[in-house]
Amino acid sequence: MFPFCADPEQLDSLRWTLCYLTTGKHMNLYWSVLTVLVLLGITAPVALSFGFAGASAARSAFAPLRWFGKTYIALVRGVPDIAFFLFFVIALDQAIEYVRHRVLCPDWSEPVRQGNDFVVCQAAKMPLGEAPQWVHETYGFFIAVLTFAIVFGAFAANVLFGAMRAVPHAQLETAAAYGMSTRQTFWRVLVPQMWVYALPGLSNLWMVLIKATPLLFLLGVEDIVYWARELGGSKTPRFTDYPHGDWRMWYFLGLLVFYLAFTRVSEIALDRLMKRLTHGQATAGGEAQRKAAA
Amino acid sequence: MSCLQTIQDYGLRAVGIGERLLPRDDFTLCQQFTLIGSGMIWNIYFGVLALIAGFFFATALGVGKSSTNPWFRKPAEWLIFIFRGSPLFIQFFFGYFLFLTLKSQYAFFDPFTAAWLGALIVLFLNTAAYSGEIFYGALLSIPKGDVEAADAYGLTGWNRFRRVIWPTMLRLAWPAYTNEAIFLFHATTLVFFSGFPAWQQRGDALYYASYFADKTFNPFVPYPILAGYFILLTIIVISIFGLINGRLNRHLPQTQRSKMRLRPNLIR
Repeated sequence: MFPFCADPEQLDSLRWTLCYLTTGKHMNLYWSVLTVLVLLGITAPVALSFGFAGASAARSAFAPLRWFGKTYIALVRGVPDIAFFLFFVIALDQAIEYVRHRVLCPDWSEPVRQGNDFVVCQAAKMPLGEAPQWVHETYGFFIAVLTFAIVFGAFAANVLFGAMRAVPHAQLETAAAYGMSTRQTFWRVLVPQMWVYALPGLSNLWMVLIKATPLLFLLGVEDIVYWARELGGSKTPRFTDYPHGDWRMWYFLGLLVFYLAFTRVSEIALDRLMKRLTHGQATAGGEAQRKAAA
Repeated sequence: MSCLQTIQDYGLRAVGIGERLLPRDDFTLCQQFTLIGSGMIWNIYFGVLALIAGFFFATALGVGKSSTNPWFRKPAEWLIFIFRGSPLFIQFFFGYFLFLTLKSQYAFFDPFTAAWLGALIVLFLNTAAYSGEIFYGALLSIPKGDVEAADAYGLTGWNRFRRVIWPTMLRLAWPAYTNEAIFLFHATTLVFFSGFPAWQQRGDALYYASYFADKTFNPFVPYPILAGYFILLTIIVISIFGLINGRLNRHLPQTQRSKMRLRPNLIR
């Protein structure tokens, strides 16, 4: 990276550290931090919309839709989430390939599942066999995002379902008395008011989502855990200009500190948001703010 | 091979008793049920021991965090913050590599790099931190009158804690603590995916489930089996904790007893 890095053996320790931390592989580590942030940035809104859809479905007057919503929420109870992660990645991949197989190769007669193999025609492979490496990686990443969104969508649905029920019933009755339709009541009265009840649950969920990001490693994405293991392992002078012993402990200590800082910053930000949202609300928090100001 | 034979061969495979080699092909449903069930031994082992040991440490942490003396409060606050603020997955990795580094210098740390001890210590500290926060919250919400009544009876120090504060704290914290216990059992599935090696393929339930999913390329059989086992385990945990909850609340009239409410599980 820097011009003085040409011969690492001649460097003093400070410059050595600087050069070491800017090698090409370390750049990959920094990129993977960005991957985590992108994952959070995409997953959070997608999971929230899944959650909103799930919660609305669970409240629906149409019975099958209601059953679907309730099953979706109940599905995540009682089962370790990591099992869901491992399950959905393969299941989604196979579902996509199966659908493409049905559509693209209608004259294929052999069964898809042959003993221990899952066989689809070449054209149905996702992504295509000849696709470049980055397509494979991006596809893997988006399968991971979808998996996260499905699992966290169920949590969010549970939180939002509770929040919708927490909105005072008198409000909804008033809306009905004013002649609003069910749809109008939902969008104009229920949804704007539910957020303050949902926020504690959602902010908890955000913390949990942050702490779930290292599980990307299990989904086969080259994330920070992968690179920390890779870079930390002991290196001999034969393969690298920067030989060192087993430093994986220090790399994971770094990750630990990164996550601690991240959760702390989120905590402070969410506290501020909560203060703003409770302002003027008929809740204990809003009342306390009113009294403090007066 | 009959199913009974399979159970004899693989029923205790997770602790190293029975057939050495795992099945390679022609996987039967019976094999999957038996091996994944055998893996549950480890999940129960980690969960039960970490929970019991963590309970006492958590009480100490809860009391420490609510102490006015900074020498007790600060360490408790930091420990709780560190273990609640970072992913358990990273804690496992860090713990494993820390023990690995220590092992290379002191032979004493030899057993710590094995899952049965190393992962147990990480889980113990983790659950102690989460439960410590729950107990701290419960300590803050002990009714003022209870403590005043204890003072009026002349109870002080250890006696007041043992007879009044501690039981009330447990009673208030119990529903949340039940959830914590359930999460803990779920968290035990992370152990063998986080650096700790499964020696001679003696792994936990998820280890075997993902083994079958990899070999058969069919996730629709092993993971639902695993889910079934965990739902069963969750029900058992809830009923045991429900019994204790009943005992903690036995002096209260029926209508005032705190109900056990379950929240959806969340990763840590």
